[in-house]
Amino acid sequence: MKEFIAIFKNELYKTAKRPRTYIGFGVILFICLTLQAAFYNDGKEILSFFTNQIDNLFNVHGNVLNGNLICFLLLQTLIVQMPLLVALVTGDSVSGETASGTIRFLLATPASRSKIILAKWLSGLCYTLLLLGLLGFMALVVSKWIFGSGDLMALNSEALTIIRGDDINWRWAAAFVIAFLSLAVVASLGQMISCFIDNSITPIVSVMAIIIIFTIIGMFDLPSFDLIRPLLFTTHMISWKSLFEDPIPFSDIYFSCIVLIIHIVAFLSISIFYFNRKDILT
Amino acid sequence: MIMGLIKPTSGDIKLFDSSLAQNRNEIMRKIGCIIEKPDFYTYLTAHENLRLFARAHQLQYTEQQYKDLYELVGLSGREKGKVKTYSHGMKQRLGLAQALLHAPEIIILDEPNTGLDPQGIIDLRQLITKLNAERGMTVLFSSHILSEVQEICTSMIVINKGKTIAQGSVADLLSSESLHVHLEVVQVDKCKLALNQSEWKDLYQMDPNKSVDHFTLKMSKREIPLLIRYLTAQDIDIVGIDYRNQLEEYFLKITHS
Repeated sequence: MKEFIAIFKNELYKTAKRPRTYIGFGVILFICLTLQAAFYNDGKEILSFFTNQIDNLFNVHGNVLNGNLICFLLLQTLIVQMPLLVALVTGDSVSGETASGTIRFLLATPASRSKIILAKWLSGLCYTLLLLGLLGFMALVVSKWIFGSGDLMALNSEALTIIRGDDINWRWAAAFVIAFLSLAVVASLGQMISCFIDNSITPIVSVMAIIIIFTIIGMFDLPSFDLIRPLLFTTHMISWKSLFEDPIPFSDIYFSCIVLIIHIVAFLSISIFYFNRKDILT
Repeated sequence: MIMGLIKPTSGDIKLFDSSLAQNRNEIMRKIGCIIEKPDFYTYLTAHENLRLFARAHQLQYTEQQYKDLYELVGLSGREKGKVKTYSHGMKQRLGLAQALLHAPEIIILDEPNTGLDPQGIIDLRQLITKLNAERGMTVLFSSHILSEVQEICTSMIVINKGKTIAQGSVADLLSSESLHVHLEVVQVDKCKLALNQSEWKDLYQMDPNKSVDHFTLKMSKREIPLLIRYLTAQDIDIVGIDYRNQLEEYFLKITHS
């Protein structure tokens, strides 16, 4: 166990020292601050455009443009970019070391290959968690600080749901857990492809290509795709939005979590299995 | 294969009387290595790289111990520099520091001279000899530069096309080997006459690849001073004398046969 902790610490240290790691944090800060500034200046006008359509049906009172709404909008926007930011680091975790030759440095230590992969995987998850933590802080805490709190007017594809401000925090917590599971799938997929490839760029591009292809398949409501759609991890990556519906489809959310966890376990197992048998020829 | 980079298709490797497949962790603690070219995390300093390696080996190194190591490999004062600023020679020195960090019993050096300047090659040779003499470390030295092998190694194995074709102490294997000595003189005819009257009369020939004042003689290393003395006594002026490395001759002979 001590040996594993040692190499895990090494992985964290390397991740922290790589300039590439900070691209993700920079992107999140930039997008969040830019959108918050835009909403601060023009948010009321944009919002009135939407609320005008329902003004003749409902009387809208209070601060609709609040931190909860900004967080909901930011999460919907950034969930598209987050996998790329995660893949930037995890997609390079093994292939980058193979390409640069430092994989030999790692294998010259007493640690087994399985432990090396596990340490890299955990370190990737820590990075993902930090990335998501920053997003949560910027999107929720900073938005609430700027725009104040209030009820959330969540506009989904099928309905408009109003969620009371005092019933929302647990939903955010649960949404971030599901978002973490989704990104953990991306991190595990990135690392798995990274084990198969000997250069840095291909795994990152491959992860994005897979996400784009799966998302497109999931978007089309065609009978041919009905069988595979529930099995695609991209279908379940947006299940956090279901927490903002009324009533909450808990069984669907549980199913999504199970599918995501199965993907994580499968990708990690394949990584360990393949890496244990891989000849390092570079 | 010893370092676990390539899996054996069959069989097992035994080191320190135990199976590598079954006791890899224990065995790896006793082995240090440089495999062809030492690669490090270029965005880290040399010191940070070594600290990572020390942590992976669970070593509690003091700063003084690190300093001593840098002193030993000739990196003192440069350890805080990022590896991306290092020359190949410096990386090679850092590779040696990494290989020595956990005080292994065996060091595997695979082509450690690659890319080194002449001074670097001499330094490395001296360091290897020192490690063996002072610390009793076994050095497994793999190289295509046979002159270096002959200078450094006490025992050798020649592998050709994946098969061992010679094995034993370097001195024993080369003791019976004769050299091709190249001799350049001023008085060619007089030298030819002197050689015809000597014990080497059947062992010389005019060097076909060079000008007419060159002779090639087949003799042992011990005979060279005798030859010089003999020709000087005959008033023959020797302009130059050299010989191809003995191990190279031996290697070519056994691989071609």
